[in-house]
Amino acid sequence: MKRTAPMFQDYLRPDKRFPSVWCPGCGNGVVLGCILRAIHALDIPRDKVALISGIGCSGRMPVYADFNTLHTTHGRALAFATGLKLARPDLYVIVVMGDGDAMAIGGNHFIHTCRRNVNLTAIVVNNRIYGMTGGQCSPTTPSDLIASTATYGNIDQPIDICHLAALAGAAFVGRSTVYHVRELEKIITKGLDKKGLAVIEAVSNCHTYYGRLNKIGRATDMFKWMKEETAPITVVPEKRKGKITRGIFMDKDTVGFIQHYEQLVEKAIKNMEMLRQWKKKRLGPDINAKKAQVANNT
Amino acid sequence: MGLKLKSKPISELEYIKWDPEKVVYAFSQGNETCAESAVLAGCDFFGGYPITPSSEIAEVLSRRMPQEGRVFVQMEDEIASMASIIGASLGGARTMTATSGPGFSLMQENLGYAITTEIPCVIVNVQRLGPSTGGPTSPSQSDYMQVKWGTHGDHPIIALSPSTIQEVMELTIVSFDFAERYRTPVILLMDEVTGHMREKVGYPRQEDISIFTRSNELPESGDYKPYDLSVKSGVPPLISFGEGVRYHVTGLIHDEYGFPTRNRKEIRDWYDRIYRKIDNGLDRILRYDLYNLEDADTVIISFGISARTGLEAMIQARKKGRKVGMVKLLTLVPLPEEMLKEVIANVDRVIIPEMNRGQLILDIERLNKKGIDIIPVNRYDGEIISPGDVLDAIGGC
Amino acid sequence: MMERFDVRLAGLGGQGLLLAGLILGHAVTIYDKRNAVQTVNYAPLARGAPSRAEVVISDGSIYFPEVLNSDVLLAMNQSAYDEFKSQVKPGGIIIADTENVKNFCQSEETYKFPISKIAKLETGRTITGSIVGLGIISIITGIVTPSALTNAVKTRAPRGTVQTNLRALSAGLSAMEK
Repeated sequence: MKRTAPMFQDYLRPDKRFPSVWCPGCGNGVVLGCILRAIHALDIPRDKVALISGIGCSGRMPVYADFNTLHTTHGRALAFATGLKLARPDLYVIVVMGDGDAMAIGGNHFIHTCRRNVNLTAIVVNNRIYGMTGGQCSPTTPSDLIASTATYGNIDQPIDICHLAALAGAAFVGRSTVYHVRELEKIITKGLDKKGLAVIEAVSNCHTYYGRLNKIGRATDMFKWMKEETAPITVVPEKRKGKITRGIFMDKDTVGFIQHYEQLVEKAIKNMEMLRQWKKKRLGPDINAKKAQVANNT
Repeated sequence: MGLKLKSKPISELEYIKWDPEKVVYAFSQGNETCAESAVLAGCDFFGGYPITPSSEIAEVLSRRMPQEGRVFVQMEDEIASMASIIGASLGGARTMTATSGPGFSLMQENLGYAITTEIPCVIVNVQRLGPSTGGPTSPSQSDYMQVKWGTHGDHPIIALSPSTIQEVMELTIVSFDFAERYRTPVILLMDEVTGHMREKVGYPRQEDISIFTRSNELPESGDYKPYDLSVKSGVPPLISFGEGVRYHVTGLIHDEYGFPTRNRKEIRDWYDRIYRKIDNGLDRILRYDLYNLEDADTVIISFGISARTGLEAMIQARKKGRKVGMVKLLTLVPLPEEMLKEVIANVDRVIIPEMNRGQLILDIERLNKKGIDIIPVNRYDGEIISPGDVLDAIGGC
Repeated sequence: MMERFDVRLAGLGGQGLLLAGLILGHAVTIYDKRNAVQTVNYAPLARGAPSRAEVVISDGSIYFPEVLNSDVLLAMNQSAYDEFKSQVKPGGIIIADTENVKNFCQSEETYKFPISKIAKLETGRTITGSIVGLGIISIITGIVTPSALTNAVKTRAPRGTVQTNLRALSAGLSAMEK
């Protein structure tokens, strides 16, 4: 593992797309930084990385990074990534989504990508709100909190991204925050190296909407909130009560979809051979066996 | 009077080199044939979600693709299916999905994405009665307009429609070529009857098929513009992901490098180019078979399963001395407008059998500058149009 | 040259009609080198619902793919007989399974065989009745050769049922002698 600091300009497209669309103090930049450092640490060539996103603030992330980058439709990033990964298993496919993107419109894709355990790294940047479009309520907005489409407080329950991912079958599940940068980076690095699906929730801040509407304050106040209202999984449960747990919740040894599929191919080819022999035996010598065989195959 | 128009058959494209010694005949179902032909055409990736009456395509490919070391994946829905084939295509695979009405509706979102990002893929729509759940086992041709305008925004698209199982085989192969050649989704528009009926079909060998293949070669300048406006044909070459060129792909309207743009000129030029690439390819794209037009005063224009009814009616009418000709459209979108205009200008009336309440007819009427009689023959009860229905429209038979 | 010959096999789901249609089409196209189109009427239920398979046979091109009026109707039950007997071409024939069709009317030329009974006796399974029917059609009409049918059964019958179906076929081919 490389531990030297990466030259950011090597991984960015500085000439074209800066300054970014993100508000000053936004956590999206921190997440991008963690991804770049993780790639650098694992020494993955840029040509071998595909960075895929959906729609939202995090959706703009691929524009800035000098990889094979794909900005897809709202909620569908994982499905695009599944196709790309299966066509090009040699690529490291990283998917960046927002909470609305991954949990609401993309919730079904999220569950099934976990179930399929495709070899992808899925990062959900959770700012608990739809930031880009004006602070509307998302599936991770806590109950009773205010959003621009929850004027009287959110009447729904929030979804626990990590819990869902683990239940649905993801091989690796972890959570950290954009305040705990080193920890987040470490979890992303582990996820990138994982066979099977790695889901990483990066708790982030939207002071512009979430912070303002709920009177939490500015970016710095929200970072303070992340520091104080979260606790690592290593401490005793009593000390984590009422707080958001950080750490790795699932890390199981699986072969992942790609290797699983290779096994299936072997089985199919073996079966084909058996079928051929069976047909040869069955058809006997009296008919134009070859033609009939091919005809029957179709 | 006296039309000198010539057919533009599929064979003219010469994608299949037929060796009479090596043809293998099978008695094969439409859906199975579509699946086998996709394998022959070199389809590397199929992502789909089963739906009647197209499921046999997925079923056959779930068996055949692994045998060839290629990928079959059953996605969670049609939205994901469409997304997966776009992702795989960007990774260099020839890709296909298959569906029917309700699934095709779900695919419209990412179909638009494939059009905007110009990523090749093939979508098979085995039509059934709609809208909504409609009639899962009943044939229909009522997705004609959806194929053209199902996804939002201005866009061109290519749709091909077979009427025999042999055409299913050949047009499946052509679909993969057009998709790659013009960097566009191509829709193979079938229907429940073509999907489920069986017919004799001749298969070529895989090595006798040659269709357009991505070169993945960097331009000499080293400056790759995936959406280059200056390319004369209108189709900038596509380099797959992972081939050493790192570029950006987005569903936002983009500049020549693929980055989002709000520059008015760039936006306009982009739209003009994606239309230009299809217009420039019309000579190749437009495929149709013409029958007995030389002396015809009445011409039947149809496609898919209804074209078979049309041909049967034409033959029976001819036996009774009626001067009836036939236009069988193999390329449905874009329409061969110049040919159709000439037909309309030279005959007394046109009969349009289609299994819907009148969709193709709307586009034909647009071409009818002379004001001749255009007679619809519609059926939308889940049964195919019978030759008698068309003969009634011809009259005097 | 034969222009068009329409065969309709009708009965209930579970009588093997779809397989029979497939075998007839396969025999005609692959072994007798003619053209054929087979269409099926899909019902949502596999067993017990009305089911039929239709095959158009020709030496030339077949345009309209479905059978409107048939040259041969194989009626495997009463409702199939009642529904389709009027859709037989002039000069066409009906072959009926007398185990399931009891009420006949005097109209077209009708051949009566206890098809299901023959199937049950020969193979122990009434599902092979449709294949018995194919044998009878071959002998009466000559539209398909017995050898083509034999080969088609060998290639198209599902795994493990080839011998059973071959026995059913030969019972059908010799049904006229009895």
